[in-house]
Amino acid sequence: MEAYRPPTERTRFAVAGARANVAAVLGSQPRGDVIRNNVFAGLLGLAVLIALAGLAALLAQAVVEGAPALGTNLITEPPSTIDTANAGFRPALIGSLMMIAFVIVLIVPLGVGAAIYLEEYADNTRWWNRLIELNIQNLAAVPSIIYGILGLGFIVRGPLDLGFILLAGAITLALLVLPVVIIASREAIRAVPPSIREGSLALGATRWQTTRRQVLPAAIPGVATGVILAVSRAIGETAPLLLVGATVFVTFDPTPLGANGYSALPVQIFQYATRPQEEFQTMAAAGIVLMLVVLLAMNSGAIWLRNRYEQKW
Amino acid sequence: MEATSIGAGGPGRRPRLEAPSRRWGERAIQGLLALCAVLSVVTTTAIVISLVGPTIGFFQDVSLGEFFSTEWFPTFEPPQFGVLDIVAGTVNVTLWGMLFAIPIGLAAAIYLSEYASPRVRKVIKPILEILAGIPTVAIGFFAASFVIPIVQDVWPGGFLGGAEKPFFALAAGLGIGLMIVPIIASISEDAMSAVPRGLREGAYAMGATKAKVALRVVFPAALSGIVASIVLGVSRALGETMIVVLAAGSTPNFTLNPVESIQAITSFIATTATGDIAQGSVTYESVFAAGTVLFVMTLAMNMISIRLVRRYREVYE
Repeated sequence: MEAYRPPTERTRFAVAGARANVAAVLGSQPRGDVIRNNVFAGLLGLAVLIALAGLAALLAQAVVEGAPALGTNLITEPPSTIDTANAGFRPALIGSLMMIAFVIVLIVPLGVGAAIYLEEYADNTRWWNRLIELNIQNLAAVPSIIYGILGLGFIVRGPLDLGFILLAGAITLALLVLPVVIIASREAIRAVPPSIREGSLALGATRWQTTRRQVLPAAIPGVATGVILAVSRAIGETAPLLLVGATVFVTFDPTPLGANGYSALPVQIFQYATRPQEEFQTMAAAGIVLMLVVLLAMNSGAIWLRNRYEQKW
Repeated sequence: MEATSIGAGGPGRRPRLEAPSRRWGERAIQGLLALCAVLSVVTTTAIVISLVGPTIGFFQDVSLGEFFSTEWFPTFEPPQFGVLDIVAGTVNVTLWGMLFAIPIGLAAAIYLSEYASPRVRKVIKPILEILAGIPTVAIGFFAASFVIPIVQDVWPGGFLGGAEKPFFALAAGLGIGLMIVPIIASISEDAMSAVPRGLREGAYAMGATKAKVALRVVFPAALSGIVASIVLGVSRALGETMIVVLAAGSTPNFTLNPVESIQAITSFIATTATGDIAQGSVTYESVFAAGTVLFVMTLAMNMISIRLVRRYREVYE
């Protein structure tokens, strides 16, 4: 403090005056306001803590309750109502993975195609393009069980008439998550700066050549993230599958077109969870842990992709 | 097409920049891409057709008057189709879910947008995203095996008839609330972050505390986005199936009592359509009629929410 000397008396006076002025304004904040401010901040923190505690309790409960059943038999053994000690989720896991494969095959071309059309080709002033856009936003929020009704009325029976097979479940799930892919892909495509397109077009490339060779490669990380998000949603969906034939205890490995029935991981969990006996509750909890591990692996992949290939313009 | 026609101005003097051919391949590709986009409209149409067809069949057997009354027992003999029972069930769980999710979600949004340091944000936002990604069957199991015993322990005695039932609406409501919190938090935070800094700084310059800035300046300015997030949350809650199936019971019940066992529209559909019901029977068709009611309810919510989000985007972006 010794070292600092205001150059003149006048400056010191001005600084003191300014300080007093500020103190008068800020210091006059009523005590009540200050207390209210702190209480408010505390309440906000409490709310966030409640949300985080809910998540923590959910995870902890699944791990603790499922602990006795955790082991490799979860992925190697079929489910059983008799020998619950060695029961597992093998057919359900295979069913889920098969469905996911079909879902990816369906949603990547369809979702990216729709996103390219809406971002690169569609004229936004035309009513039909706006209708498509509004429609996709709406589809993203249609309840999943309604998609189950669509699957039951249109895919299992009705026009497509596939019967209660795994492929019907996969198509239903693909339609359900398609809006997620379209919305994410559109954002990724929109993030590619226009100068890239203009440069390519100026060199004589056609619109499709520009899209195919410049825009799409640049948008791939965003698109991939969207696809993984969509797939992780598809893995956890239960309700629509109940309507399109994923049945209770499938003890054999399912096939895509097999008419003997199929199962999926969340459906199997649900079937265990509805049985009140302790051993089935344990199996349900263990299944949840298994499902969350699968999801965690996929989401880590998504984050890795995003970080590895993300481009800053 | 615009890009090629711009250069074609002067005839003869300048080189022609127009494409040498009609580029049919380009057009075919554009057509294919448009087809992908049109698939979404086809999906919506297919949903409407698959709902409306059996619903019309349903109303040939059941009068509108009976449908919009209470007492929903489609599998009894004789069956009764008073849809208000399961509509009340859906409203019941949605109500308790939103009572939990709105304060928590909005508080989290205000915290993240106004209070949290960038470092804290970087931790909390991904955690909320994880919560948003938890499959609902897991939340339903959690509600049934963790929330129910806790509520039964802390419920004050015989209040509202006492929490005696093995499954009840409040448990499902709390599970749904947990599911909705990240939706409300993230959309509301987006809306609050879109409020221009100048508005906040103006308020601070007038000597307002942080709480006042958050509540009286940022909150009202972001209101349309906040309402949109709540409406979208309601839409999700109305359509949630697994949590309700696992935690709320399966008794059609015209009540908003949180500790009663109820049946929601979604849980009726999920439990009835999986059984071996004959295609074309009134019971089978009642699934689609209930689905139509649900679809109309959520559609209305979605349209409101989309419109509100568009409004706040227009104002500040």
